[in-house]
Amino acid sequence: MSPPAPETRPAHRPLLRHPDRGLLGGVCAGVAEYVGVEPLLVRFAMAGAIMIGGLGVAIYALAWALIPVAPGSHRSAGRPRGAWREAAAIVVIAAVVLVVLRHTGLWLGDSLVGPVLLASFGMALVWRPASSSFGGLPHRWRPSLGSLSLNLRRPSPGDAPRLVLGAVLVAFAAASLLHTLGVLDSLGKAIGVVAIIATALGLLVAPWFLRLGRNLAVERAARIREQERAEVAAHLHDSVLQTLALIQRRAGDAREVAGLARRQERELRRWLFERPASGAGASVKAALERAAAEVEELHGVSIEVVIVGDCPLGAPLEALVQAAREAMTNAAKFAGEERVDLYAEAGSGRVEAFVRDRGVGFDPAAIPADRRGVRDSIVGRMERHGGRAGVRSTPGEGTEIELLMDAHAAGAKAPLS
Amino acid sequence: MSAAPRVVIVDDHDLFRSGVRTELSDRLAVVGDAGGVVEAIEVIAREQPDVVLLDVHMPDGGGVEVIRRVSAARLAARFLALSVSDAAEDVIAVIRAGARGYVTKSISGSELAEAVHRVAEGDAVFSPRLAGFVLDAFAGEESQSGRPGAEDPELDQLTPREREVLRHIARGYMYKEIAQRLGISAKTVEAHVSAVLRKLQLSSRHELSRWAVQRRLVSLDGP
Repeated sequence: MSPPAPETRPAHRPLLRHPDRGLLGGVCAGVAEYVGVEPLLVRFAMAGAIMIGGLGVAIYALAWALIPVAPGSHRSAGRPRGAWREAAAIVVIAAVVLVVLRHTGLWLGDSLVGPVLLASFGMALVWRPASSSFGGLPHRWRPSLGSLSLNLRRPSPGDAPRLVLGAVLVAFAAASLLHTLGVLDSLGKAIGVVAIIATALGLLVAPWFLRLGRNLAVERAARIREQERAEVAAHLHDSVLQTLALIQRRAGDAREVAGLARRQERELRRWLFERPASGAGASVKAALERAAAEVEELHGVSIEVVIVGDCPLGAPLEALVQAAREAMTNAAKFAGEERVDLYAEAGSGRVEAFVRDRGVGFDPAAIPADRRGVRDSIVGRMERHGGRAGVRSTPGEGTEIELLMDAHAAGAKAPLS
Repeated sequence: MSAAPRVVIVDDHDLFRSGVRTELSDRLAVVGDAGGVVEAIEVIAREQPDVVLLDVHMPDGGGVEVIRRVSAARLAARFLALSVSDAAEDVIAVIRAGARGYVTKSISGSELAEAVHRVAEGDAVFSPRLAGFVLDAFAGEESQSGRPGAEDPELDQLTPREREVLRHIARGYMYKEIAQRLGISAKTVEAHVSAVLRKLQLSSRHELSRWAVQRRLVSLDGP
């Protein structure tokens, strides 16, 4: 039970309790270590003190309350039987106290003995988790209603039988005490009184509780609103205010200012009007819009995007998005116009896209062999994935690239893509 | 183009209003402007303009409210909606209230002037975006005609030709170009667009009423 004192000890050690080594609260073990003697010696001394008019009990209780627990010392975990032993020790102490009281003449009657012993055992059982759950705290021993209720509210599963047994014991002790005192008859009346007082208190306190609940709800709503406002403010700050600052700094460069404004507009619009879709990014519409935005940013053109319908993005449709992106890039680079139109119609796997500009145009038959953009990246890509692409261009009147992909038809042709 | 149409600009952004005014003043006769619903009614009643350029989003009910009060006062003005908003329900709401077209604020000065001319002559003006919204709303061949309460199933569907015209508008084609490509006259293209506008305003198609309801909910909850 009591391990031998350590061989080497630091010069100054604080006085600490060691509940994991002691029999009861670890006071004796702590004192023994502090003084540097065998714990058994201290225990004998304590027992002697208890014999002297109960003085030892008071000393022990005081020491238990005041001396902090040694760090790392906790008892409940590995020692399930500690509770019973501790309870037995408390019963022994209570018995000793009773004996002492009887000797000193402060005696109320022999009928007290049974109930008191029972009650102290039960109390020890019930309170025990209260003390152990605060094991790490300096002022561990707090036999107050607060700590007790706190424990009753969160008992660990293993605690239940012990708690119940303790409560039954205390109740039984109280009942037998009442019986011996002959007041059991008036108990009914007493319960009535208690019930009335409790009801009255409840009536007094109820409005306050209700108000508290309401205030909490109001506060919560206000907090949510505040959070939303903060989110909007944060978004505007990160996006709009930054862009405005940038625009002021670049005021000389009209093209760049227009690009900045355009990008900000698109971003803000998306934030305002589009709720983030679940499984985001996997739709043709989103992919085309993203591609258009990228081309706008890279080449400083403005692309009017109109998309009707939507459908999930599969491999062939990704090819269509890539081809459309290439077409927009071409329009941005070669058309010499700042405006490009992208129109797409999507429905049940069949997607049509049109990229149109009003720029210089070209003769599709006269594309030089080294200009691989249209032939490979657009027409070739669409055909590889089972789609079609058409180029309509007239010098001086602009160009329109037409893309068609039927995912159902294409899926069988291009399973590996 | 005959005499320049008389135009009133209604927009709650002063900067934008004066900008449009400057842009249009050498092409059209801008006879007044207003920054709010009440002011707009006064100006329109006093000036009797041919066309009102109308911002969709304004305090006190926005463009829809202006159109409602002007038609309640039996003033003969045509409306062209002008907006930065891309929410379909907002745009459709102002069209259904009686606007004859919708263009975005990023439109160039000359395009805007042309759109005003067209509205003044009684035609409809569809931007690519509006065409997209309409195609979306009338998407699917499944008609609502079996539904009780649909008095005129014709209104709930677009003809293939109308659909074709709208798709070309959405692709960025001008009316002239559409006429050329489809082998019809520009007047016929305009007739198709006007027919679509009429359907848009009168149809009880589910999508359109749903948008209208959403719009009303939005304005109830809005600031």
